[in-house]
Amino acid sequence: MLDLISAEDAFRLFLKSAFVENLALVFFLGMCTFIAISKNVKSAVGLAIAVVAVQAITVPANNLIDYFLLRPGAISDDIDLSFLRLISFIGVIAAIVQILEMVLEKYVPALFNELGIFLPLITVNCAILGGSLFMIERSYNFVESTIYGIGSGFGWGLAIVLLAAIREKLKYSDVPPGLRGLGITFVTIGLIALGFLAFSGI
Amino acid sequence: MLKWIGKFIRGQHDYVERWFHKGGKLERLYPLYEAHDTFLFTPGETTKGSTHVRDAIDLKRMMTVVVVALIPCVFMALYNTGFQANLIYATAIKQMQEKQGDSFDLEAAKVALKISPPADATTNDYLLRVFTSNEKLPNWRMPILEWFDYDWTDAGTFRGNFLSPTHLGKSLLHGALYFFPIWFVGLAAGGLCEAFFAMIRRHEINEGFLVTSSLLPLTLPADMPLWQVALGMIFGVVVGKEVFGGTGKNFLNPALTARAFLYFNNAPFISGDNVWTSVDGYSGATGLGALAIKGTGGKVTETLAGLQGSVAGQEIAQPLTWWDAFIGNMHGSMGETSTLACLLGAIVLIASGIGSWRIMAGCVIGMAGFSFMLSQVPSDLGISSATPEWHLVLGGFAFGTVFMATDPVSASMTEAGKWAYGILIGFMTVLVRALNPGYAEGIMLAILFANCCAPFIDYCVVQANIKRRLARNAA
Repeated sequence: MLDLISAEDAFRLFLKSAFVENLALVFFLGMCTFIAISKNVKSAVGLAIAVVAVQAITVPANNLIDYFLLRPGAISDDIDLSFLRLISFIGVIAAIVQILEMVLEKYVPALFNELGIFLPLITVNCAILGGSLFMIERSYNFVESTIYGIGSGFGWGLAIVLLAAIREKLKYSDVPPGLRGLGITFVTIGLIALGFLAFSGI
Repeated sequence: MLKWIGKFIRGQHDYVERWFHKGGKLERLYPLYEAHDTFLFTPGETTKGSTHVRDAIDLKRMMTVVVVALIPCVFMALYNTGFQANLIYATAIKQMQEKQGDSFDLEAAKVALKISPPADATTNDYLLRVFTSNEKLPNWRMPILEWFDYDWTDAGTFRGNFLSPTHLGKSLLHGALYFFPIWFVGLAAGGLCEAFFAMIRRHEINEGFLVTSSLLPLTLPADMPLWQVALGMIFGVVVGKEVFGGTGKNFLNPALTARAFLYFNNAPFISGDNVWTSVDGYSGATGLGALAIKGTGGKVTETLAGLQGSVAGQEIAQPLTWWDAFIGNMHGSMGETSTLACLLGAIVLIASGIGSWRIMAGCVIGMAGFSFMLSQVPSDLGISSATPEWHLVLGGFAFGTVFMATDPVSASMTEAGKWAYGILIGFMTVLVRALNPGYAEGIMLAILFANCCAPFIDYCVVQANIKRRLARNAA
């Protein structure tokens, strides 16, 4: 399971997970947080960092759990626990976020305070669960899933930061009353997704 | 005399003005009146607050300057569209003549090239065939051209005579019949949307739509169906601009939004090998298209010198040299082919201070830097081994850099940000061209992506400035 991959493949996988298959703009995952926390750039950056950190830990962790416990034939040949994937991934994500929170509070209180509410919010961010499920679907090994975790987290984070900067600029726009708020945000996300189409096919 | 005419028009305006004010019978149409009035005369309004920073060049004049800067590109669009079509027709007929010798029949050749409709075209039967099958309608431009005494057989005079005065009229006329329908449809669709929004949302009609609807046709192939032009324009103006409140409040370039919309919805009409000249049934790759095919072995000059297309069974050689590409003697979207015309436009934009030279320089630096690095790595792909001077003249890089990237609304606003924004565009263009097998051309998507990034780039620059000042004051 520890098959190393070449640097070029690793770079390709990173680009693919961050841009081509951007969790937010191509799969539209994690929309609730994506829209709620993108009102200003500062908190969007905080959330982006938190997502990268959590994604980089949970995807490989889930990969290990799947490899040693859940995949068909992991424990013994006639046991198939793969039906437990969904529930155990959710549990793992929640636990890791909790642990991360406690570790940060103890050792890096400044960052902990900065992230504030965002860390617990990540527990229920479907982009995180989506990352782990994609990892299974595409049968990544441990190294690949680490890169995929970092890449997909980075892509989601980049998308929310860009959206936040645009929304800050849109404060000065004169949006028709019916579209204000959520409506124009969805139009904006759609247009950003159009911009990200540059990468599709790489 | 002029003064008198001016006074007369002013008087007429003053006379009808009251109809458009609140309570007047044409109150709803006020934006139309206002647009016309301020287009002809300098507005008499003065500043109301205490700050008084005014420039003679308001938004309206600014947009007009951009339209002026586009004139060389429009000229080349007309000329090149017509020239390429005439060249293909003439060469194909000449080749048929050589092959068939005495049995050559000009009328049959014209039918094969779809210049003339088939012999039975006059009957209702033919029209029935057109409407009940997938046969395309006969090209309505051809009778007009024939009426001007077009000689389809003067092949020898075309090749190597780009921009020679003998073909000026012929090529311009042929190109105009393709360019202006698209331009008018775009203008009408964009103008209507702009006017409707202005009346309902009570903002001024902005000349921005003039620029948008002049830019869009220049980025489209000559044979684009008109309904698509209208659809794209409406999407660009409404979703790209008006839902955000009009000119100055959008974050994507409306013309590019329109083009991207058309590109992703109607790919067969705006990509591939068949659309880049107006000749019906002609198939031939553009320079970028030919280089994007694997196996060109890194030989850029040779690949381009060996370009060819085919129409009605005739193989037509279309060799492309660097100078051809620079002047614009090649296939492509109507207005993008001539780097020279874009340079003239760039001079106007930079001299008038409307287009940012930092953005243009950034684009070129980003493009040159990345393509130079790529060209040092041996590659099987022609476009990867193309050196910067090729990237500069092929495809729409020059047009996008000069007219699309510098759009002051959707670009970065800070001076340092403009460099970063430009370099990002240049880098992304080469990235998409060379590393993305899905698209042969990358400038449109690169600019859209950079448009999305521009507010964040500005944010970073502003934060850096704030930090620096804080540090300076604290010390």
